[in-house]
Amino acid sequence: MKKGFLLYFLITVVCLVFIGRLFQLQILSRDNYDPIQSAAVKIEYDYPERGYIYDRNGKLLVANQLSYDVMVQPNQVQPLDTLEFCNLLRISKEDFLHRFEKANNYAPYLPSVFLKQLAKEDFAFLQEKLHNFQGFYIQKRIIRDYPINAAANVLGYIGEVNEALAKKSDYYQAGELIGKDGIEKQYEQYLRGRKGKKYFKRNNLNKVTGSYKNGEQDTLAENGKDLTLTLDIELQQYAQKLMKGKRGGIVAIEPSSGEILALVTAPTYNPNMLVGRKRSKNSVLLFNDTISRPAYDRGLLAVYPPGSPFKMMNALIGLQEGVINKNTGVYCNGGYRYGGRKNEYMKCHCEIYGRKIFLTTAIAKSCNSYFSNTYKRIVEKNNQPTKGLNNWSKHVKSFGLGNYLGYDLPAGSPGLIPSGDYYDARLNYRWNGSSTISNAIGQGEVLTTPIQLANFTAAIANRGYFYTPHILKKVNNSPITQADYTVKKQTTIAKEHFKPVVEAMHEVFKTGTGKWSQVKGIEICGKTGTSENFAIINGVKEQLADHSILVAFAPKKNPKIALAIFVENGGYGSTIAAPITSLLIEKYLNGEVSEKTKYREQNMFAMSLQSEYDKLIPKTKEIASGTK
Amino acid sequence: MRQERNNIFAGIDWFLVLIFAVLVGFGWLNIYSASKTEDIEPLLSFSTKYGKQLIFICLAIPLIIIILFFNAKFYEKFASVLYVVSLISLVGLFLFGKKINGATSWYNFGVIGLQPSEFVKAFTALAVAKLLSDRQYNFKLIKNQIKAFVIIFIPAFLIMLQPDAGSAIIYFAFFFVLNREGLTLNYILLGVTIIVLFLLTILLGVKWVLVSLFSIITLFSGYALYRGGKRFFRFNWYKILGIYLIIGIFILGTGFTYNNLFKQHHRDRFEILLGLKKDNQGIGYNSYQSELTISSGGFTGKGFLKGDLTQGDFVPEQHTDYIFSVIGEEWGFLGTTSVILLFMLMLYRIIYLADTHTNKFGRIYGYGLASILFFHVIVNIGMVIGLLPTVGIPLPFFSYGGSSLWGFTILLFIFIRLDAHKNYDW
Repeated sequence: MKKGFLLYFLITVVCLVFIGRLFQLQILSRDNYDPIQSAAVKIEYDYPERGYIYDRNGKLLVANQLSYDVMVQPNQVQPLDTLEFCNLLRISKEDFLHRFEKANNYAPYLPSVFLKQLAKEDFAFLQEKLHNFQGFYIQKRIIRDYPINAAANVLGYIGEVNEALAKKSDYYQAGELIGKDGIEKQYEQYLRGRKGKKYFKRNNLNKVTGSYKNGEQDTLAENGKDLTLTLDIELQQYAQKLMKGKRGGIVAIEPSSGEILALVTAPTYNPNMLVGRKRSKNSVLLFNDTISRPAYDRGLLAVYPPGSPFKMMNALIGLQEGVINKNTGVYCNGGYRYGGRKNEYMKCHCEIYGRKIFLTTAIAKSCNSYFSNTYKRIVEKNNQPTKGLNNWSKHVKSFGLGNYLGYDLPAGSPGLIPSGDYYDARLNYRWNGSSTISNAIGQGEVLTTPIQLANFTAAIANRGYFYTPHILKKVNNSPITQADYTVKKQTTIAKEHFKPVVEAMHEVFKTGTGKWSQVKGIEICGKTGTSENFAIINGVKEQLADHSILVAFAPKKNPKIALAIFVENGGYGSTIAAPITSLLIEKYLNGEVSEKTKYREQNMFAMSLQSEYDKLIPKTKEIASGTK
Repeated sequence: MRQERNNIFAGIDWFLVLIFAVLVGFGWLNIYSASKTEDIEPLLSFSTKYGKQLIFICLAIPLIIIILFFNAKFYEKFASVLYVVSLISLVGLFLFGKKINGATSWYNFGVIGLQPSEFVKAFTALAVAKLLSDRQYNFKLIKNQIKAFVIIFIPAFLIMLQPDAGSAIIYFAFFFVLNREGLTLNYILLGVTIIVLFLLTILLGVKWVLVSLFSIITLFSGYALYRGGKRFFRFNWYKILGIYLIIGIFILGTGFTYNNLFKQHHRDRFEILLGLKKDNQGIGYNSYQSELTISSGGFTGKGFLKGDLTQGDFVPEQHTDYIFSVIGEEWGFLGTTSVILLFMLMLYRIIYLADTHTNKFGRIYGYGLASILFFHVIVNIGMVIGLLPTVGIPLPFFSYGGSSLWGFTILLFIFIRLDAHKNYDW
């Protein structure tokens, strides 16, 4: 072996190993390197202004305001004149130390908020001095501003993107704002616009040293779009005021377009509560209140048995299926026996004895017997209950009941409309119309939400069709064109069958349960209802005051507004729901409430069901002692 | 025999000089890129790194002329004196040196500092060459071997005391020289075995290595017993027992040393390198950043002054120990392989020339030079590309620093001087 061989050999081997490693680093794993993600490139975002939101009459509902936060990155802070700094920020030295400690404990190398939401005058002053204090800087934030305290449930709110979403998304970064509920969530894409990006070179000290590739990859920010809602904010405010002290929901729709005029849930909250310094404190109050649930949109989410208004449905189906007509008469005599056993008897409060009841009267007087009869005939047509009830279900669903309606708000419930197959799957005996007779009067399995009932009413008002309810009217002042909201949806009931039903509904407000809530000059058509309501309080099942329900539209010819109102534990529909309905209709159609009906308004403003709701709260003392 | 001419450039190996010039020039370009600031400064200036380096390079030219000016015999004659003087400069550090980053490695002369350990390498190489080339010297004698070890060990030890372990381990390079001159390879084999066992112990844990090695030995000795029978056993049982004992003690000792005597930051370096631990922000930040930086260069690199990671100073010490990462980012795979090939050429050339020396002194010195350069290249580039643990030594001719540049210049040009003289009478 030549003497120098070992060294030659080792040099060659080492060089080959190095070249191999470099091949691996620079050629094979080159793809792992994304220049934009590298620490040497800093991305600065230019946040566009979030779109404004207006009501149907152009009233500003949501605007923006600037807010200035003092940020700190603890590891960059140099010794500073604390006294001067504290004076600038108007905080005490203890406060300063406490805040700094907190930021430092969070992460010394990451920026954290030192002081939230400076006053504007402080900001101007501070901005000039802040360069003396390394590690501190001011971050401008845009926060929402609500000039009108109403419709918090519709507008929703914005909040920081959660980390999981930020990781998944290729748009959002952690800490950015995103719509979390309501319109803000539903139309986030329109409202947010598109943020601009600027790329900068930076060095290891995080110092920007110039633009990256001369800014050829930079993008401009695109402003958010302004939205016009279908809401009439005055009506909304008025309705919220009327619902004060009650729990429930109101949904008002313009039948000719499907536009939602008012969407009220009670109790509700001031949208400004979720903005600014007190936000976190307030959100605890709102979201953790599981008793009155102010953050729960009852108009969209609450499912209740629809009660008597559902009788109109059965009337319409009966007419369409030809099982009843104008001349169909039924004896009531105080109740309806649907089975041989003693308890298989449904009481009726129509109080018509000894004579036949016809359709108009049946609706006006809300006769249980008439509709039980009608329902039975529909279901047992041709003696095939499954087929009959499937057919019934198809008719009901054509009104948008029993499923998500498809409106443009992020909350909803499907409710429930049973079908023949539904019972076949659940009942293991031969069932028929009598077994499911509660459906005749809107109890039993049938469940609806207030917005579904409002839409149902709008379809009656339109005599057979509806537009899917929606809340968005214009984007940047141009009307929406989505087919979902601009194309008519036909129900399966022929137009002529609506006439007797509408007449009957008119009768309700003329002579029936709504007669005390008439408005002079406006022909209101409606139907009141109640739904029974039990709760387990302190371990005992108790019957509480019924929920009151009312659906109505007005005027009778060429209807302008259709609405559904639901008041929890509101008793008979005529005591609370009917006056509120008539006030809303009057306000909307006439623009104001006349002197003659002012007393109604006063009554409703003053009416509180708080004592009724207090019954629902378990007695803490008894919980503590464990006694029942 | 011919008489030597007075021309100091006569007989010089211009090929080596050319590679030297290319490496130094390319090195300066990278230092410029790594230390460029926004402010426009004159090139020759003490206020910037690249300005200083350019001055160092300019000063290297008179240094080269002085080295070439002396007769080759001067270096042989005065090798011991130079060696002793350089040792004194190391000792003097403890009295007059300046402490930087915890190590007393520098003399401070205002704007520039000198790091004697960079120069001592050259003089140690001279001393070793002198000792081994002595006609009376027989390397087979253990006594003589120890002499050589002592010459190598003293500067290494003094540097260790500074403490600058990185510069000290360079002296292992002399094993190549000693091996060329007849030192048995067993020392190196022993060393490699120890390193391998050490790494295996860290990687797999004491228990596993012990069990597997014992079973391998048992298998081998079992086989040998089967073949050799009783006779074999009678003569060799103590050897077998000895192997068990030594390996057992070594591995247990390694485990103990590693876990109890090493400091946490030593362990961290090993563990990050062996992939046992991932840490891209703290201790592993350097390696992670430099690998990322090199990787980002791709095949052709991002171009001179266009490496965003280099320009952002993301790799610490990128103008000195991590200069290779700058080459990687801005010049890409083409640049890095060219540099490695240039070093390879230079080493081949030095060894080739050394082997043509009829004079032992020149040959041994040449081997010393090649070994020292080679060791620097291995340790430095190996560290930058993440194959070896973090050891702070410069890349010859590339890294920023006057002492390092001049040290290697002296080392190289003494050889060129000797080489120019090889055909003349001594």
